[in-house]
Amino acid sequence: MTLDAETVKKIARLARLKIDDQAIAGYSKNLTNILQLVEQMNAVSTDQVEPMAHPLDASQRLREDRVTEVNQREQFQSVAPQVQDGLYLVPKVIE
Amino acid sequence: MQWESVIGLEIHTQLATKSKIFSGAATAFGAEPNTQACAVDLGLPGVLPVLNKQAVRMAIKFGLAVGAQVAPRSVFARKNYFYPDLPKGYQISQYELPVVAQGKMEIELDDGSTKVIGITRAHLEEDAGKSLHEDFHDMTGIDLNRAGTPLLEIVSEPDMRSAKEAVAYMKKIHSLVRYLEICDGNMQEGSFRCDANVSVRPVGHAKLGTRTELKNINSFRFVERAINVEITRQIDLLENGGRVVQETRLYDATKNETRAMRSKEEAMDYRYFPDPDLLPLVINTQDIEAARQSLPELPAAKKRRFMREFELKDYDAALLTADRDVANYFETVVRLAGEPKLAANWIISELSGRLNKEDKLIQQCPISAELLAGMLQRLAKGAITGKMAKDIFDAMWNGEGDADTIITKRGLKPTDSAAVEKIIDHLIAQNPAQVEQYRAGKDKVLGFFVGQVMKASQGKADPAQVNSLLLEKLKK
Repeated sequence: MTLDAETVKKIARLARLKIDDQAIAGYSKNLTNILQLVEQMNAVSTDQVEPMAHPLDASQRLREDRVTEVNQREQFQSVAPQVQDGLYLVPKVIE
Repeated sequence: MQWESVIGLEIHTQLATKSKIFSGAATAFGAEPNTQACAVDLGLPGVLPVLNKQAVRMAIKFGLAVGAQVAPRSVFARKNYFYPDLPKGYQISQYELPVVAQGKMEIELDDGSTKVIGITRAHLEEDAGKSLHEDFHDMTGIDLNRAGTPLLEIVSEPDMRSAKEAVAYMKKIHSLVRYLEICDGNMQEGSFRCDANVSVRPVGHAKLGTRTELKNINSFRFVERAINVEITRQIDLLENGGRVVQETRLYDATKNETRAMRSKEEAMDYRYFPDPDLLPLVINTQDIEAARQSLPELPAAKKRRFMREFELKDYDAALLTADRDVANYFETVVRLAGEPKLAANWIISELSGRLNKEDKLIQQCPISAELLAGMLQRLAKGAITGKMAKDIFDAMWNGEGDADTIITKRGLKPTDSAAVEKIIDHLIAQNPAQVEQYRAGKDKVLGFFVGQVMKASQGKADPAQVNSLLLEKLKK
């Protein structure tokens, strides 16, 4: 399987990554190599293997339902590019 | 052509935990923006999610209540998409192995029959933050207080065939999660939200039509309307040679129409994969048994008990048990006053009518169960008339105290039978023509006499007593 230039552009858009047109050919080649490796792994028969959700053979520990966090808004917002009335401001997202 | 609509619902219920699903931040509604969004909710580097035990318990309770399988092992997955109110760039959800699978819910249809709606699955996930698009000079304001609030997403089978059935199902789930006390059910605050998958197909066809998804409809009334306009839109499209496009649509309540929300090239590809930050969730039989022990009497069982114990009609029992608080109110009144049928009538008609009119919940009712019981006891004994009972009800609603206080203050007491007899004798003497008519078989004239007696007694006579006395005296 090869990843063509169009697919590379689409993935970049989904990931909100800005990529140079000149770099597309390179990405296409590298990503295709990765997919070929995956194909190679896919060829291994795994019929008898239970799918693994996590490499550790352990289960999730749970916490009690208690509020343990205090308001640290000021500290968090001190590194935000723009805030107003306690809200984080971002470029308008609605069309 | 005859068309059949096919509907499935995805209901998002915010679980009523104190803290978030993966962090110790508070979930209280209405806090100042971003004061309940901690480092985990913000997705700051280096943070790790830790699952809330109570959210898991609530999911188990729901699973048991709909007769579903509670998965001994379920897995959290990342659902990837970009939106500013989702700080991590993915939502932690469950995909291939949800915590609850294959349940069912019975709904009642208008013709009195019942229908079973399949519940495909229910899974745990985190809510996103909120985007505010107004007032920020071409910027969007983000409040992340809601980010990380636990949700149980309940997905139905496409088993519903009309908007009415969809609403009936949604109301049943709403009632159930409130009974279980796992969700406050507050639709205005967004604690209970619904997406509807809608498609149409020619009657008799087995193959499903292309569906559209209606997003975030936040009231029972809007769900019904939104589904109906979408069904009409799809049928119009197909009958005019068009095709339904699979897409997400938004319902506009003011224009009563649906419109496409996302164009096709922006269709989401969520690229789900197991979240490496979370280990599989293991639920053992002790956890399930403990949850089973904590289940309250559920709506269907309570309804059956009300019909048996209080001899209520199916319809009345259904109305009284749809909401847990209403059922408790009714039972308190009956415990204090007896008279289950009288209590049911007053709660279903007067009390519910007034609550609806003033847009109040039963918890906000100015007349406590104790107050209503006091009044009903007087009424049942015949110490007051039905008309007086209504006046007392109004007075209690306005905070004028209990029934006895109001009775004393207003000097309410039915005219005694001697006085009623005197009025009747007087009327008979004065209206010989009407008496003749009645005795000649014109039964309707009785109404005239009842009206005159009530008028003469200024409404204080007991109509039942007036009737029997009149019948007796007019016979002579």
